[in-house]
Amino acid sequence: MRDEDTLVRRVPVKDELKKRVVKGPDGLEFEVDPIQDYYCDARPEVRPGSYVKIVEDLFNWARSESLWILGFGTGCGAIEMRPLMTPRFDAYRYGIQWRPTPRQANLFVISGYLSVKTLKRAIRSYEQMQSPKYVVGLGSCTINGGMYWDSYNTIKKLDEYLPVDVYIAGCMPRPEALLAGFEELKRIIRAGKAEGANLYAQNFEWYKANQKRVIHDWDMPDYNW
Amino acid sequence: MRTLLENLKERFPLGPITEQRPDLAFVTVERETLRPLIVHLRDREGFTHLVLLTAVDWIEENLFQLTYLVHDRARARDIGLRVMLPRDEPEMESIHDLWPTAATYQRELKEMFGIPFPGSPRLDEEFILEGWVDIPPYRRDFDTLKFAHENFEHRAGRGTTDPATHMRERMGTQGGSK
Amino acid sequence: MTFDWMKIPYALLTLFIVLNYGLLLTALIQKIGARAGRRHGIPIWQNYVDLLKNYALRTHITHGVMYYLGPVFRLSGGVGLLLFVPSIYGSEMFSNLSFAGDLILALYFIFFGTLGMALGAGESGHPHAAIGVSRGLSQVTAAELPLALAVFAVALQYQTLSVTDIVAAQQGGFTHWTVFTNPLAVAAAMLSFLGSMMRPPFDVVLAPQEIPIGPPTEYHSSYLALMQTNRAIFPVAKMVIYMNLFFGGATSWPVFFVKVFLLYLFSAFVGVVFPRFRVEQSIRWFLIWAVPIGIAAILIV
Repeated sequence: MRDEDTLVRRVPVKDELKKRVVKGPDGLEFEVDPIQDYYCDARPEVRPGSYVKIVEDLFNWARSESLWILGFGTGCGAIEMRPLMTPRFDAYRYGIQWRPTPRQANLFVISGYLSVKTLKRAIRSYEQMQSPKYVVGLGSCTINGGMYWDSYNTIKKLDEYLPVDVYIAGCMPRPEALLAGFEELKRIIRAGKAEGANLYAQNFEWYKANQKRVIHDWDMPDYNW
Repeated sequence: MRTLLENLKERFPLGPITEQRPDLAFVTVERETLRPLIVHLRDREGFTHLVLLTAVDWIEENLFQLTYLVHDRARARDIGLRVMLPRDEPEMESIHDLWPTAATYQRELKEMFGIPFPGSPRLDEEFILEGWVDIPPYRRDFDTLKFAHENFEHRAGRGTTDPATHMRERMGTQGGSK
Repeated sequence: MTFDWMKIPYALLTLFIVLNYGLLLTALIQKIGARAGRRHGIPIWQNYVDLLKNYALRTHITHGVMYYLGPVFRLSGGVGLLLFVPSIYGSEMFSNLSFAGDLILALYFIFFGTLGMALGAGESGHPHAAIGVSRGLSQVTAAELPLALAVFAVALQYQTLSVTDIVAAQQGGFTHWTVFTNPLAVAAAMLSFLGSMMRPPFDVVLAPQEIPIGPPTEYHSSYLALMQTNRAIFPVAKMVIYMNLFFGGATSWPVFFVKVFLLYLFSAFVGVVFPRFRVEQSIRWFLIWAVPIGIAAILIV
């Protein structure tokens, strides 16, 4: 075990996130604490599925056939996702769509290397998605760092920070590999084993500790909706 | 290019000159000469475009090398100005008033090499790194592998791909010269 | 005045038919658009799956009361529009809750959903939603003008505000349709139709590549599913109005299906051919091309 206190070196909070007194347009003064006030930071809860098995199976089938990907390209792998929209691969016929907002997406494809700076945004985006949600790690960089294994600024093991359902290996994986990965994810969802959101809620402290160990300027609440 | 360099030699104290190509030359100058020289190049000789501003860490000589590359669009030629700074005290004069874009380069150099450019706008804001806590990562005394091992979880089972190591292991003690 | 209570289940039956038809129709139109781009496109049942999935999501969050009411308003706009105009002419079962002045009510309902959406999206607090709403409202308002002019022209022409009477006046061969008796009004209305269908070239409000998806940025799970339901019903309801006013109405479900499909196909064809307009361009386009035609239609009548 490593010593937590020596490794978690905190960076001072940015000015705009400090608690301060603001004067409103009507002359009223009030205190603003951005980290408290601007976010809803209720803890995530474990959400069980439907009690009736056949209903849950139906829902899982619907979830697997309607994968909405969050359009967030974190690394060079994003370039391999674009061909999926083109006539050659046409992922739409498998019920895969891209959504521009995390609120509407179910599937987060971490496409390639993830720098610490992007990890912070990826965590926020992931937490804003609605459960059940899935994470696919794309490319070797998400598995063991890939060619960035000695880089000072990219994480090496994605499942330390987010619950990953499927890894797609390769540097970069071709669009065909992506389609195969999505089909695998569909099988997992249909089998009812893709409960990443619940895992995240169960092991919340562990994930948060890992995330805070690499993100030195943690200036957001622990969970933001 | 030759005439231009001759011209410059008369006006400014220049260090060693490397003529890379007929349209590209590098000149080493002192820290104090840089500003008058680059103003002269920009205003009199037509080098109106700052192509890049970058740095090299010569750790063996205990020097940082700054390279200002300027471009003369009308005659399609470039001049690179090299400034050698001592690593212990690498402060450099800012040129953001000559080219506003230089401010961005200077922010990057401040963050990645720790070279301060006093007076440059937004110099102390984070440029690429967020919450960086170690020495600037492009300095060569920064051990990126050690940092990665200390900071990030690594997945077990990653082998080496170094051919020399591989051959040594395969052939026992006979293989390899080391 | 007596009210025939049997009308309510009949109207709900219409709603059910139109919902399914709308879900399949939008998928079919998307498929046609995909084929124009040499893709296979989504499966024809994809809309059902998406709907089911969104209703089945386990979490949802709210931003306040209006945020709840936004999709509800939107859906009631679509449903109301459908319920208050006759979908099948001459059929007691499917004339719904139409009455003498239903044309005015229909015009109101077309706008109602957009307004509700504006309130809901405004409450969600997302800057993209606010920008999207302001764009959407200005574009819909500009597109509504020629439609209103065309409707007035038609109402003047037939001297009635009842959709049923207007359809009745158009019976007896397709030469009696408004499209032949008053082509200018139909032209103006069809241009407005393009603008209100949220398809290219007028889809900047919802386009994912612009401000990400516009008003529904914050909407998810069942809220989004409500809006998807509306997205199936509302275009069909709107096309029912157009069909009744300008294209002779429908006397049976097959005729209804074919006419609505052709109307939708018209906007889809325009959509795959033309690139997207910015909002100020589209407003100018409506004011320069569609509104004068509408005014001319009124003057001629």
